[in-house]
Amino acid sequence: MADIVFLAMMAVTVGGAIVALESREIVYGAVGLAGSLFGVAAFFFLLDAPYVAVFQITVYVGAVAVLIIFTVMLVRHETWMKEVTYSLGRLVGILTAAAIAVSLTFAWAASSSQLPSVPVPSTVTFLQIGQLISTSLSPALEVLALVLSASVLAAITLAKVEREED
Amino acid sequence: MNTLADFTFVSGLLFAVGIYGLIVKRNALRMLFAVEIMINAANLNFIAFDRFLWSNLPLPQAALGQTFVLFSIALAAAEAAVVLAIIVVAYRLHKNVDVSELKTLGG
Repeated sequence: MADIVFLAMMAVTVGGAIVALESREIVYGAVGLAGSLFGVAAFFFLLDAPYVAVFQITVYVGAVAVLIIFTVMLVRHETWMKEVTYSLGRLVGILTAAAIAVSLTFAWAASSSQLPSVPVPSTVTFLQIGQLISTSLSPALEVLALVLSASVLAAITLAKVEREED
Repeated sequence: MNTLADFTFVSGLLFAVGIYGLIVKRNALRMLFAVEIMINAANLNFIAFDRFLWSNLPLPQAALGQTFVLFSIALAAAEAAVVLAIIVVAYRLHKNVDVSELKTLGG
């Protein structure tokens, strides 16, 4: 059974996600998304993964959320601020989401007696993660560096303003 | 005490919210929000299963789950950067970020 801290974090995470999708102003949606990502980082702390949690806060709450807010300010325009909502599409979306949630809950209830309820003793430290990344997973790190530089190049090339010759 | 099933329940709830946003919303920024929420649900599931099942294994396996989630977060950040650049370009061309109006992106 979950304790009160867990329930509060769950409310922040899922509530932030709902605010991100349903708020009237999209800027508030970006703030709600940042809150939801912060809640996920708190879950990482609860799961004894502090390095991943700090990484999540740095990358998501620090970089991606700020990037999204800047984009919202760049493309802010009156015409699309009032979003069109299709009632049939909304009905289909709610039904699909409810179906997924109900089926996942059934799977959860059916298997909860076999899932471990107590975490195994953790022996993972920062040092071991760093050693794993820099030794046996170093090819993956190289590929990840290539992907990151390619995406940064692509973003700069896409967003570059073509200056017209006068 | 929080069990593994509690964490998977939260993860499934987040995933359902993300699916709802991806189906209902036609604004490109909202769809990006939905995708980010779904990626975070997957990461949370990954860390939870790693913590409850794998953490006491010998060294390479014990740290693998956290390392994979680190890679996943970095990839998601790259994806968000590219999507935001595409949104800026689409807005510059069409003065709109409604994906049902962006017909020229389909080729």
